[in-house]
Amino acid sequence: MAVRKPPITTREYWAPGHAACAGCGCATALKLATKAFSEAMEEKFGDPNAFAIAQATGCMEVVSAVFPYTAWKAPWVHVAFENAAAVASGVEAAWKKKGQKGKILAIGGDGGTADIGLQALSGMLERRHNVVYLMYDNEAYMNTGIQRSSSTPYGAWTTTSPPGKYSIGEDKPKKWVALIAAAHQIPYVATASIGNPFDFVKKMKKAAKLEGPAFVQVHCTCPTGWKSPLEKGVEIARLAIETGVWPLFEIENGDFFNIKIQSPGGGAKVKREGGKVVAIEFKKPIEEYLKLQGRFKHLFKRPEAIDEMREQIKAMWKLLGVDVTLPKPEE
Amino acid sequence: MPIRTVMKANEAAAWAARLARPKVIAAFPITPSTLIPEKISEFVANGELDAEFIKVESEHSAISACVGASAAGVRTFTATASQGLALMHEVLFIAAGMRLPIVVAVGNRALSAPINIWNDWQDSISQRDTGWLQFYAENNQEALDLILIAFKVAEDERVLLPAMVGFDAFILTHTVEPVEIPDQEVVDEFLGEYEPKHAYLDPARPITQGTLAFPAHYMEARYTLWEANENAKKVIDEVFAEFEKRFGRKYQKIEEYRTDDAEIIFVTMGSLAGTVKEYVDHLREKGIKAGAAKLTVYRPFPVEEVRELAKKAKVLALLEKNVTFSVGGALFQDFSRALINEKERPIIVDFILGLGGRDVTFKDLDEALAIAQKALAGEEFDEVNWIGLRKEIL
Repeated sequence: MAVRKPPITTREYWAPGHAACAGCGCATALKLATKAFSEAMEEKFGDPNAFAIAQATGCMEVVSAVFPYTAWKAPWVHVAFENAAAVASGVEAAWKKKGQKGKILAIGGDGGTADIGLQALSGMLERRHNVVYLMYDNEAYMNTGIQRSSSTPYGAWTTTSPPGKYSIGEDKPKKWVALIAAAHQIPYVATASIGNPFDFVKKMKKAAKLEGPAFVQVHCTCPTGWKSPLEKGVEIARLAIETGVWPLFEIENGDFFNIKIQSPGGGAKVKREGGKVVAIEFKKPIEEYLKLQGRFKHLFKRPEAIDEMREQIKAMWKLLGVDVTLPKPEE
Repeated sequence: MPIRTVMKANEAAAWAARLARPKVIAAFPITPSTLIPEKISEFVANGELDAEFIKVESEHSAISACVGASAAGVRTFTATASQGLALMHEVLFIAAGMRLPIVVAVGNRALSAPINIWNDWQDSISQRDTGWLQFYAENNQEALDLILIAFKVAEDERVLLPAMVGFDAFILTHTVEPVEIPDQEVVDEFLGEYEPKHAYLDPARPITQGTLAFPAHYMEARYTLWEANENAKKVIDEVFAEFEKRFGRKYQKIEEYRTDDAEIIFVTMGSLAGTVKEYVDHLREKGIKAGAAKLTVYRPFPVEEVRELAKKAKVLALLEKNVTFSVGGALFQDFSRALINEKERPIIVDFILGLGGRDVTFKDLDEALAIAQKALAGEEFDEVNWIGLRKEIL
């Protein structure tokens, strides 16, 4: 009987036994990211283990390295919340001087990346360190108990953006760090999602293999912070892609005029001109994504807020050079 | 052959870094230390120093990059001052807790506000609880030597703590003095290669660094830092002795000057020690039994040496360029700790002076002497005294 080759290496760098919540999408992202890195290092250097990780304080740090235990089977260092990119810069410089072959993986959540660590990230990218920075984006400060970040989407409930008589929840549009990273004209920037693991792995491998800095922003469900069913993490992330909430794209060398857009699926009609995606007609309304999450529950009594969300999503796609149409749910 | 030349303390510090052969340097310019990264850039650009120099975007990232590089197992160095050191504050604790022997040169400068680029010690004194070793240089030669010594002590397996070496803003950083640059070969023999057994990021033997510790383990981690600081006391003496043997210059945790029959001993650190020694000569000529003592090592605090010093004096007059609010200067607190349970102890009078670059003159020292003499005579005196205040503008 023929044995099917597994779609990704069976080597594990993120071991079971870590203390992440049940259904944690970030844990899935880290598992896939390290496997992808391993495959890339094996293909590039013939050594699947040729990488080290520098990680910011955050959920995935506290759950993975509680003394005297560790979930990490790769060389790993954590220093503080805002400096993973700077620490990774130092590790990379040390490896360079030691003649150690391989690549450094920096990991931070949206708090450690979009907010408190944005300066260190910018410095690391600008200096062209040979580091892949992975931002696991669960769209709020989950480690401290679900406070809003600049990556929290419009309308979302968090403990610091509660809906109320004078509040619809988070009232600012999401800040897209991937676009800020791309403005550094680094070799590679991509968004990804645990809702499309094949695309995510492909992008992580590409990022890991090239010379110079790369930035990957991966959308990860957080059942605890999103108030969503544990077993629907991948489904929810996939719906974010299919409804247009989460774009999948790649920007190389800061070339905003040639952004590569990945098809969202979900029946969306993609229009291309000269190979470039110029328009997408989404078929699934964003409500399909929103309704599975308690953090957006209050919006269903405020349909104007959901319409505003649609406008913001269109504006975000416009930045990517794509005209989108977003359907409303059928009455 | 060592080279005898003249240079600023900043250049001496850059030379010390060059001689120590760090593999990674990460620095951000700040007055008065800017010349250090500039000079190191030149060394790297000319191939005189084979290091990666990371031109970071802040001091926070400078020390963070040093932590990353040190965690990856290489010797690292950075330089800063004042606000830059304050910005590093968070990561200083982490560098010590992770037992990474990073060396930082500090051009001792006042802290804002008001913003002030001139000398006092508030920047590094404020880092005294971070777990770092602290050395203070009196002159440019000491700045160079103490950086080499700091590497040697920091990397000792009984210590494994980061270290900072302070030298006064402008008074030393920007002042040209004679300096002897030691031979590279002798420095290489003195320092050796840095090959840590505890900190590396090696795919062949993966380890996890920078873990979370619950209450069941945190306190022991802190205690090992305490122990390392205690161990450093002995190691520093050993390294001072070895340094003297190899380079011919003698260092002591506390250096005394004309203390033998002294009634009043002025205690200070840094470049002020030079002024105070001269002042003591001046007093001796007038028949006043005064002596001077200089702390070269501030952390670990040399408790035993302070007790020995105290036996020689009736009054210890502490001259401090720092403030610990409602206490006095930090030295007052430290000296009190060392002497509080001694059966016989001198009176301690604390003097805060020379803040934000204010010059310390013999007139100021006369003011301090008068108060110390009141204490000596058994008259009433103030424990904490601000010297050289311009009362007319208060």
